[in-house]
Amino acid sequence: MRDIKTIISKVCPSATFEEGDTLLVTVPEKEWHKFAENLKNNPELGFDVLSAVVGVDWKDSIGVIYYLTSTTHAWDMISVKVVAEDRENPMIHTVSDLWKVANFQEREVYDFYGIKFINHPDMRRFFLRNDWVGHPLRKDYDANPDLNPIRMTDEINEDDTVSYVENEKGEVKAVPGKVFGEDDYVVNIGPQHPSTHGVMRFRASIDGEMVKKVDVVSGYIHRGIEKLCEGLMYPQTLHYTDRMDYMSAHQNRHCLCMCIEKALGLEVPERALYIRTIMDELMRISSHLLSFGCTAMDLGATTAFFYGFRERERVLDIFEKTCGARMSLNYNVIGGVMADIHPDFVKDVHAFLDIMPASLKEYHKVFSGNVIAQNRLKKVGYLSKEDAINYCITGPSGRGSNWSNDCRKKHPYALYDQVEFNEVLEDGCDSFSRYMVRMREIEESCKIIAQLIDKIPEGDIRNPKTPKLIKLPAGRWYQQVEASRGTFGVYIESDGGKNPYRMHFQSPCFNLVGVMDLCCRGYMIADLITIGAALDFVIPDIDR
Amino acid sequence: MFDFGVWTSAINDFLVGLFHNPQYDWLVTLIECVIIGVLVLLTYTVLALFYILYERKLCAWFQCRLGPMRVGKWGLLQVFADMFKILIKELISLKNTDKFLFKLAPYIVITSSVTMLACLPWGRGLQIINFNIGIFFVLAVSSVGVLGILLAGWASNNKYTLIGAMRSGAQMISYEISLGLAILTIVLLAGTMNINELVLAQEDGWFIFKGHIPAIIAFLIYVVAATAETNRGPFDLPEAEHELTAGYHTEYSGIHFGFFYLAEYLNLFIVSGIASLMFLGGWMPLHIAGWEQFNAVMDYIPSIVWFVLKAFFISYIIIWFKWTFPRVRIDQMLAFEWKYLMPLSLVNIVVMAVLVAYNWHF
Amino acid sequence: MGVNIKSMKREDFKDNEYIDKLVEELNATGANVAVGKLDELINWGRANSLWPLCFGTSCCAIEFMCLGAARYDMARFGFEVARNSPRQADYIMVQGTIVHRMAPALRRLYEQLAEPKYVIACGACAVSGGPFVKSYCVVNGVDRILPVDVYIPGCPPRPEAMFYGLMQLQRKIKVQKFFGGANRKEKIQDFFAEHPEEKGKL
Repeated sequence: MRDIKTIISKVCPSATFEEGDTLLVTVPEKEWHKFAENLKNNPELGFDVLSAVVGVDWKDSIGVIYYLTSTTHAWDMISVKVVAEDRENPMIHTVSDLWKVANFQEREVYDFYGIKFINHPDMRRFFLRNDWVGHPLRKDYDANPDLNPIRMTDEINEDDTVSYVENEKGEVKAVPGKVFGEDDYVVNIGPQHPSTHGVMRFRASIDGEMVKKVDVVSGYIHRGIEKLCEGLMYPQTLHYTDRMDYMSAHQNRHCLCMCIEKALGLEVPERALYIRTIMDELMRISSHLLSFGCTAMDLGATTAFFYGFRERERVLDIFEKTCGARMSLNYNVIGGVMADIHPDFVKDVHAFLDIMPASLKEYHKVFSGNVIAQNRLKKVGYLSKEDAINYCITGPSGRGSNWSNDCRKKHPYALYDQVEFNEVLEDGCDSFSRYMVRMREIEESCKIIAQLIDKIPEGDIRNPKTPKLIKLPAGRWYQQVEASRGTFGVYIESDGGKNPYRMHFQSPCFNLVGVMDLCCRGYMIADLITIGAALDFVIPDIDR
Repeated sequence: MFDFGVWTSAINDFLVGLFHNPQYDWLVTLIECVIIGVLVLLTYTVLALFYILYERKLCAWFQCRLGPMRVGKWGLLQVFADMFKILIKELISLKNTDKFLFKLAPYIVITSSVTMLACLPWGRGLQIINFNIGIFFVLAVSSVGVLGILLAGWASNNKYTLIGAMRSGAQMISYEISLGLAILTIVLLAGTMNINELVLAQEDGWFIFKGHIPAIIAFLIYVVAATAETNRGPFDLPEAEHELTAGYHTEYSGIHFGFFYLAEYLNLFIVSGIASLMFLGGWMPLHIAGWEQFNAVMDYIPSIVWFVLKAFFISYIIIWFKWTFPRVRIDQMLAFEWKYLMPLSLVNIVVMAVLVAYNWHF
Repeated sequence: MGVNIKSMKREDFKDNEYIDKLVEELNATGANVAVGKLDELINWGRANSLWPLCFGTSCCAIEFMCLGAARYDMARFGFEVARNSPRQADYIMVQGTIVHRMAPALRRLYEQLAEPKYVIACGACAVSGGPFVKSYCVVNGVDRILPVDVYIPGCPPRPEAMFYGLMQLQRKIKVQKFFGGANRKEKIQDFFAEHPEEKGKL
């Protein structure tokens, strides 16, 4: 780590360092954009992946923490802290020109904290209504419901946007803009639409059947989980993770538990690790089965959908016996798992593993091998590897663009360093590759489970030393796991109390939806549905 | 084989005898028209309801489900419940729509499909209109239906319906060509466009067997084109549930939507019926040369049963398509028609002409 | 009165008093035999042909998909004709959290449904706000913006619970009157009594 400090000091002498969970580099706002350029383009640094953008309000100041990793260098993850100069009218230079993923991330930060990003092309609110009063995650937010009653009027002026442009003299001016031109034929898809997989809204300008531009309007299921977490104790925050990406309930909760355990320095018993790993993989299978079904359904092959759900029910049966629920499982807890596995667990999992290969063959016969399905999926929604990295498209969608980004391989957690499995990669960069990665990942997950299921050791399921009242020491932690749809990250900042000071969830689907505009341009309106299905985002995970 | 003409002429004689006077012939004709009209509408409703249940049950079985079970025995009354409900649903009138065209559209669609139904020969002597260009007339009427869909999409003043209607227009016009050419192939073979004569010509063998390979190719082309004509999967782009919510009929509610719904299913029966009369011998029983006793047994089955069963069989194939295949994209669909299907039908028709000219068919 | 649900006994349902009260009211107002029979027929049709609007915001929507899938198969009841266009649907099953931004859209969907229309609040979030009740932008129960007929608790409710809720809705429909004043009018009045500001908007 000494090495990186010297390089950074050379590039930006005013940077200060703080050791911790990850190296924290603090740079003054004035130098931030230049420093960011260096971070990305300097061949010695090469931080080309912006993993997370976390806005934080430290009461006396307000700013953003950026988490960066590199695909070309073996650097550990670093974090960069940038503090806005003026707390009342905070402004920070955008990095959305360097890392495209920052486009939506910065809009989210603007929505939550009111931090305006200079030179950002499209500074609209992301989650909340345009007429919302205040920025809810600021510590001085007025939560009086009279300020923000349930407005039953439709939102207006959605086409207007604003950009804060800095001129040569360093003055910042608000420049109004338009999302769509006057003669664009804009089709509104959503929020209630069968193929947006929830309440997402796309506004697509089309030319005939050809999509020219897609504007993502999010926030139709924004529930303010991050703000809610700040008012709860650590064990209470756990249950929200199950309700974000409900198809990765286990992995998300695993991630939050791991983050808290890391902060506490708490060991997890071997038995719990086994159970967690198996559960994660079962969840992944169930998620990919649902994804298979929904892709088929969106393309009009309804029967394949039912076949996918048939097998998924068997996974849910296994969950139900052990966790007591089918969907919101609430199984992982800090220091272990909630309850011991059901006596039938091993038997059921074996039975499931036995039927899965034949079922996969059937899926390929019914759907993947179908000539219409292949024509619909292949060469649709092209996303190059560079774009995937730039937009931080992790998970099966990124691996469909041949970007090896599997957290289970890169930073093994739980028992992933003890099992043999392949990271599934496809180089088609199209919807079909993304789809095939998922199908092949089901096989890999089965392989992982098969290696673990007979070796579950006896012992505690929860660390008996887990404190009754969980208080994290002051500091900040960031933890990633491989959820069903990509890298899921949890950021916790603690002030030493029993509530988190700031909790941020970096969801994979948030980045996936950011790439819709890029992927859909030049394709047909029917392809928009296909691309959405193959990217496979879950809306509550985007909106949180 | 029983000739239904006996009954119909008996009814006619009875009515004529009732009035004893040639000057009341118009009254007789009127009464007959009313009877036929009522019968057609009744058949239409019953068939459509049957088809809705038929498809729902079939698709359930394809998908390892049971389908409607709890309303009546085996869910037989399910469709009646749906019908009662849809009859009393509110008809929403919308602002900013072309009210006249909006209300006209479902009637155009349903009228066109009722007229087509009226042209079908149901059995020996059981046909309403029999004129020399019968099959041509059916094709012409089927094109009127697309007008209703276009109007529905246009008058709703909604972007989804408009896209649905435009797709529908492009699709119907394209596939009508293949459909027409496939039928023309058989017309060449039979040498007539009269529906009754077409069926009678198949007394000694169905056209699909008589016409060698060209007839089989024409049959396949017909089934594909007919699937597209009825807006069914994999060509259900005008509705495209997952793209356009409900396509051209997004804004319709109550019985107006019910008309579209019924017409969709009835069109399925009609195209199957035409397929059966063009290729599978219509109401002609299955005869195998040499098997005299078998043929005699087949003759005992009434002609109407033969016709309906053949139509159901072809509908089954089309329903099977729908629930198995994904939906094609608009450009793929049009490319398939113009680049493959139509040239193939043209070649096919030439081959058939050669066959007929040299009398190489059976 | 026909409040029987096939293969379900009266004891299988919990809040029978509510249905009894409705039946009593219905009998008190009285109707002649012919109209009564016709009403029964229409109610039979309505109750057995409930076409849902595809409307899911979160977890409950996935359970609703399971409801349609092979194991639970809501097609058995005739509920499977899920319409994507609100004009053709009979009821809206609010599956998942409704937030401030979604509220006007949901209300619009409700207004687009053709009469007779029903609302089911499915899942803790739709019933009361659920785990997100303290959030700054969650509507704490859809009954604040829509008149709700049936509440299905659970997070998310199991498919069996959804069936139970749908059967309760069927029972409720079966004691309505199509000719001469439907009971749902009263439901709307109740809603207005609780939310006077909504009068004239719905």
